[in-house]
Amino acid sequence: MNSQTYHKSMALTGEPPKSLSIGQKLAVLLGLSGLGILILAAFNVNFPNKTLWMTLSLSAISIGTIWFSWDAYSQKIPGIKNDGVWFKSISSRGLWGWVLGLVLTGFYIVLYFYPEYIGLVSEGDNKGVIGLFDPLSKFLSGNPASQWFVYGTLYTVAILVFGIKFLWKFRHNRYERLRTWSVMFFQLAFAFIIPELMARLNGDKILDGGSLPYYDLKNIWPLNYYNFEGYRIKAFLSSGEIGFALLIFGILSIFVITPILTYKYGKRWYCSWVCGCGGLAETAGDSFRQLSDKSTFAWKVERWVVHSVVVFVTLMTTAVIYSYLGTDTSKYWLTKSTFLIGVAVLLTLVFGWAMIFKRDQLQKDAQYGAIGYFVIIIALIGFHFFSGEGEVFLFKSGTLRKSYSFLIGSIFSGVIGTGFYPIFGSRVWCRFGCPMAAILGFQQKLFSRFRITTNGGQCISCGNCSTYCEMGIDVRAYAQKGENIVRASCVGCGICSAVCPRGVLKLENGPLEGRIDSNQVLLGNDVDLLTLVNKK
Amino acid sequence: MEHIVIIGNGIAGVTAARHIRKLSDKKITIVSAESEYFFSRTALMYVYMGHMKFEHTQPYENHFWKKNRIDLIKGHVTKVNTRDKLLHIDGVPNLHYDKLIIATGSKPNKFGWPGQDLDGVQGLYSKQDLELLQQNAPNNNICKRAVIIGGGLIGIELAEMLRTRDIPVTFLVREDSFWNSVLPSGESEMINEHIREHHIDLRLGTSLKEINSDVKGKVKSVTLAETGEEIECNLVGLTAGVTPNIDFLKDSGIELGRGVKVNRFLETNVEDVYAIGDCAEQREAIGNRRPIEAVWYTGRMMGETLAQTICGHRMEYKPGHWFNSAKFLDIEYQTYGWVFSERRKKENEAHFHWRHTKEKLCITIAFDKDSETLLGINTFGIRLRHEVFDRWLSEKTTIDFVMEHLRDANFDPEFYKNFESQIVSKYNSDFGKSINLKKKNLKRIFQLS
Ligand SMILES: Cc1cc2nc3c(=O)[nH]c(=O)nc-3n(C[C@H](O)[C@H](O)[C@H](O)COP(=O)(O)OP(=O)(O)OC[C@H]3O[C@@H](n4cnc5c(N)ncnc54)[C@H](O)[C@@H]3O)c2cc1C
Ligand code: SF4
Ligand code: SF4
Repeated sequence: MNSQTYHKSMALTGEPPKSLSIGQKLAVLLGLSGLGILILAAFNVNFPNKTLWMTLSLSAISIGTIWFSWDAYSQKIPGIKNDGVWFKSISSRGLWGWVLGLVLTGFYIVLYFYPEYIGLVSEGDNKGVIGLFDPLSKFLSGNPASQWFVYGTLYTVAILVFGIKFLWKFRHNRYERLRTWSVMFFQLAFAFIIPELMARLNGDKILDGGSLPYYDLKNIWPLNYYNFEGYRIKAFLSSGEIGFALLIFGILSIFVITPILTYKYGKRWYCSWVCGCGGLAETAGDSFRQLSDKSTFAWKVERWVVHSVVVFVTLMTTAVIYSYLGTDTSKYWLTKSTFLIGVAVLLTLVFGWAMIFKRDQLQKDAQYGAIGYFVIIIALIGFHFFSGEGEVFLFKSGTLRKSYSFLIGSIFSGVIGTGFYPIFGSRVWCRFGCPMAAILGFQQKLFSRFRITTNGGQCISCGNCSTYCEMGIDVRAYAQKGENIVRASCVGCGICSAVCPRGVLKLENGPLEGRIDSNQVLLGNDVDLLTLVNKK
Repeated sequence: MEHIVIIGNGIAGVTAARHIRKLSDKKITIVSAESEYFFSRTALMYVYMGHMKFEHTQPYENHFWKKNRIDLIKGHVTKVNTRDKLLHIDGVPNLHYDKLIIATGSKPNKFGWPGQDLDGVQGLYSKQDLELLQQNAPNNNICKRAVIIGGGLIGIELAEMLRTRDIPVTFLVREDSFWNSVLPSGESEMINEHIREHHIDLRLGTSLKEINSDVKGKVKSVTLAETGEEIECNLVGLTAGVTPNIDFLKDSGIELGRGVKVNRFLETNVEDVYAIGDCAEQREAIGNRRPIEAVWYTGRMMGETLAQTICGHRMEYKPGHWFNSAKFLDIEYQTYGWVFSERRKKENEAHFHWRHTKEKLCITIAFDKDSETLLGINTFGIRLRHEVFDRWLSEKTTIDFVMEHLRDANFDPEFYKNFESQIVSKYNSDFGKSINLKKKNLKRIFQLS
């Protein structure tokens, strides 16, 4: 060992392989000019031909991003493209990472709390950025734009253009490509176009003259925590058979469709093939996936926080539904008390099943489950005894709903979840906040064919898998023990498998038997030792 | 309480420590000089390439060691006194042991080339080597060209690393095709093509004569043996294999060959002293294995085995079927069982080789000429399931059986294009057979009844 370099503890940092090429610089310029138009609009520069300028702006942003990615990947040999990720300041929590984080956070704060700053006008014509999007919105749904329409458009554009980037980056990997086409499709069709077109039906004959609530069909309760609120139920019920069908679909989605698909494929069918939050994380957020915290401490925080959100959303939804139900069975079969009993029975069944049949797989999670369950049950009893008119327990149900929507719906999923991509990684919301992910995860862990199989003894403990797991799962900890990865939080993005240089990991739907098996001694060693140590 | 001292916190030493802790309450101390905590040597390249930070190469969080009562001492062991069971450690008081495990790994080979100790000449083994490389070759302004000597697994990794910073690389390989002492010619040829595709100046059948210095004692160029050509460069990477890192044991009374001599129980000639990992040399090679096996997996397996012995369940080191893997730039390589190159092939070994017409994919299956039993498989760009091949090797299946069930062994990600039918039809036409490929079957794969 060379003593000269021996004591020096030089930081192992490096330089980006190269600065931007000329093509990339031009692409950045083009993209920024598109953003520039939006910023000018935000400062109330009045653009005469709105359709033209909005098109110019979105095209410049899109073409700039696509051009940039083309320049970055098209000339390279297909394969893993992570060179310099930890040297670039934007993807390693450097200066540009923080700047971007602040900008995004600021954008979300304006969007959620000060939409008037970007031109929302409640009476009369919109101004600013929102005004710029009026023609498009009118073209699709017939109504003027709102801040949500602008956001939805930008969101869709982001998934599409960064989706194209991702498709090039992973062009050697068909799993990644198909999955990305899928999220791009669901965002464009289900989240963006269909609901706008549905709005055109409002007042129409086929809806019996009723109006459907805005409904992104792939958004399932509890992700769309508001789906069963009174005004929506009324709207569904007043919109003829279609409205009724949609309401039934919403209920089936969570209680029937979701469990079946999760059993067969794991929660990935939703989290990385369909969901819009996942879609954004996988495309626009891809450059930040490595920033997720892998420590066991973070895992502990994750379990507490995400399960508290589940408890919160269950209580909130129960309270909201409870508050608009009646007490008289002769008017409507579903009354306040039937409903409460129903919820309690359902939860007890699920909890009892898990405790009785899945005890061995629960380990530490059991206590979280038990605590959550008892909190809910006690609250339900509380509802029954301490609620007055319009009030549930000690709160107004509206207050509960408002705080959920503020804390979880806005602050967590938007401001922190997306705004902090460049700081905490791309799936902060999915990991710590999303109640849907937690419910799917609970099932994935206990009752699903999905696992990531570890390939015998081939792991070299290099750590690529853990580093690039956006959910902060320490994949290596399992792989180097020869243990399959069966984790509630795994969204099945497949990146760990893609980046593994030794072909150790395979996402697959296999038999339930032998799904979780930890080996103290790995395949490749003496068979006698294997049987001695691994016997159970 | 019995005190187990381990020199070396690599995969071998750390695995032994972890398993001893699982099996017993003994006091465990690991002494190591290179880094405070265990890290994965195989991941060094990714740090230079910016895929990971150094912390990411550490498989256990820092609190792991304390929690598992494994004491860590950072220091270089200069001498082992086996009579008094004492270790002399640089800058640290002497340490007494009851049982000693030597797991000190390897160091890069140097073959006495003129100029091999110049500034700018280095190997790639340790964390310090990585730091040195960062100094010698931070970018292509300071390092205008690098020359790599030795066409093995570390050589090609170093070439890949330097190319991520756009440093021109000349890669000197003594053999007439890359790694063809190990790989059959078709595979070796495919890797040659892939290396060139990455704009690496691959010079086959070329060896080093000397390394030349500028006035300040820094490397200036290398001269080739065959042609006398001089190539200007700022970095010379020596990657012509490794040797056990055991110089400090010279006068300890522990028997040394190229490595620390051990029997099948991983015991040295001195009582209570054991050796595992890269630095251990079997007195007699086990099967087709080499006496010194400098790979990650064998270090781990020796650690797993020795822990049993130390904890009172004396056990022979009896590795199962050979397997290994690597990645050549973008091409993943896996091997199960034995496939030898033309040079080392045995009398009875026959090969079936398939290569994709366009993409860089190929496989070679070795089988016995007479009995047609499977001997091993090499695969490039296609992942295979370790358990399935391990089972087939144990069951001594025939190559026909393997062909028929090839789909069971595929481990590529879902939705990947599969090539089994192409492979089998080539097999049928090469050997005049008529094998029908079976469908993938989960019951067979997972051995369910
Ligand atoms: C760049 C690179 C890539 C590799 N890639 C692969 C791969 O893909 N697959 C594979 O199977 N293998 C690979 N290998 C080989 C593999 O890393 C080694 O076989 C393995 O690390 C050996 O482990 P070990 O525990 O025996 O020794 P080491 O990991 O070398 O650990 C020994 C430790 O002991 C310390 N030490 C030595 N002497 C003393 C002393 N006197 N006092 C105190 N401490 C001392 C050393 O500093 C070192 O930290 C690679 C090696 C390198 C260098
Ligand atoms: S474990 Fe793998 S598949 Fe699951 S979320 Fe992490 S990287 Fe994605
Ligand atoms: S990336 Fe592959 S080899 Fe590396 S630690 Fe993960 S599973 Fe093991």
